[in-house]
Amino acid sequence: MATLADDAVVAARPGGERRWVALALVVPALAVVGVFFVAPLVLSAVGAFRTSGGAFTLAHFAKALDLYGRDLVFTIAIVVLSTALIAVVAIAIAGYLTLGEHPRAVALLRWLYRWPLFIPFVVAGQIMRTFLAKNGMLNHVLIGTGLIEPISAQSMLDWRGIVVAFVWKQAPFVTLLLAGAMAAIERQHIEAARNLGAPRLRVLVDIVLPQVRGTLLVGLVLSFVTMLSVLSVPLMINPNSPTMITVDIAYRINTFSDYAVANALCLLSLLLAAFGAAFYLRHAVRSAAS
Amino acid sequence: MTLPMRFGQGALRAVVLALLAFAIFGPLLNLVLWAFAEKWYFPNKLPLEYGFTFWQRVFSPRGNALGSLGTSIWIAVLTVVLSLAVAVPAGYALGRLKLPWRGLILLAFLLPQAVPNLPVYVNIAQVFYRIGLAGTIPGVVLVHASHGLVLAVWIASAAFASVDGSLEEAARNMGASAWTCFRTITLPLAAPGLMASAIFVFLESVDEFTGTYFVGVPDVTTLPLLMFNASMGGNYQIASITALLLLVPSIGFMLVVERFLKADVLAMVGR
Repeated sequence: MATLADDAVVAARPGGERRWVALALVVPALAVVGVFFVAPLVLSAVGAFRTSGGAFTLAHFAKALDLYGRDLVFTIAIVVLSTALIAVVAIAIAGYLTLGEHPRAVALLRWLYRWPLFIPFVVAGQIMRTFLAKNGMLNHVLIGTGLIEPISAQSMLDWRGIVVAFVWKQAPFVTLLLAGAMAAIERQHIEAARNLGAPRLRVLVDIVLPQVRGTLLVGLVLSFVTMLSVLSVPLMINPNSPTMITVDIAYRINTFSDYAVANALCLLSLLLAAFGAAFYLRHAVRSAAS
Repeated sequence: MTLPMRFGQGALRAVVLALLAFAIFGPLLNLVLWAFAEKWYFPNKLPLEYGFTFWQRVFSPRGNALGSLGTSIWIAVLTVVLSLAVAVPAGYALGRLKLPWRGLILLAFLLPQAVPNLPVYVNIAQVFYRIGLAGTIPGVVLVHASHGLVLAVWIASAAFASVDGSLEEAARNMGASAWTCFRTITLPLAAPGLMASAIFVFLESVDEFTGTYFVGVPDVTTLPLLMFNASMGGNYQIASITALLLLVPSIGFMLVVERFLKADVLAMVGR
């Protein structure tokens, strides 16, 4: 039993040395992230600007924008629209979970909303591929309830299908974060406003939402970035032009082994993500510092 | 509130909940129907025949599903071991110790969540191809782990941070060594959070598609890749059966997530 001796060593150890111990514990994890995440990212940035001879060039970007400029716009539109819809759905559900006054409806909603939470994108793609097809269940139900005529049934496997798959999969995640943050708000604020006669919608907008803005932002930015780099959903639902640039990246590589243009497209998607990530990192750093 | 208004509100509530239920379960039900459909073509609302023929095909020794399932689980287990081996020490340091440049280090662990992963996968696949790691299980595990360990670090650091420091002090005061204290006090108290991070990493690895799509080809076919190939080949039954297999861990974990991740740990994630 060397416990007393150990103790003495720890007690005698100067503070500076213990900080190095802490650093040593973090280094392996940092190394994995550095080698297998940061380094490939740097390679991507370098590859996008290099000719095969190694000189600096912007030609890959010119080619990428020329061939896939339309897809870039299509990608931005889809991801922005999906993010907006996710925000609406998440606020509505989390808001009702927090402010709902019908306990059974709240319990049912809590059980209901989170089913797609951990379903992978590739499975969500397959699910929507059949559900939204011309022959899919959605059309059969719409026809069966008389909402549309059989003749006007159409396949939704285009931009709409991608948006539906994204919102279906990603809204529960943001809702989970948001509902958690809302549950942590002091009930007194809400109850005071309710007692003063404020309708629930006003309480949600004026009292609850301002206090959970950070969480909502983090959830939305994470979703935004995730959706930007999902390959399976657009590949399965809408692989033909116009499509998302993830599909174009895979196409350049699989068909032409054209890493240069693929990397230029990658860098453009990084640029889009940087826009959102700037918000996110700023918030994360601020809360890490506090 | 008058009675008719209350009734109207109740009806509205029921309609909205029913629509939501359809939006969530409709697509899942459609998948189940496809998994058991023997014959189903336009314009029939429901399959013409149900049966297990395709299940037999999927699970027959000649079908690839069992092999892919094995590959997926083996890769996920290795990913969990590798991720936790580096994430637990890092999480402990971040959650409990005084760490120089803590903000910067946290930032580095946020990066893989805040940056699109496709550029990383594309370029790592090219490097792995050159050094012979492409199309191998270690190659896929490294890619999965570099992403999974980030989640593991976050959850582990939150789990360690939520351990009550006074318990450790009490143990140390009674003469326990630092290692004994960690092993008998800190680790058991953080265990549910560490378990959660292990499950998260496992699930993420089993479900991972894009990285495996680029790094695993042509020899490593995990379950998501098998599903994707079947679907793109137009074989909706095989794709749906494989998708159902993938849904089992996803939905199972969704149902128990809160048992592992207590609110206090969830609240610390990302801090």
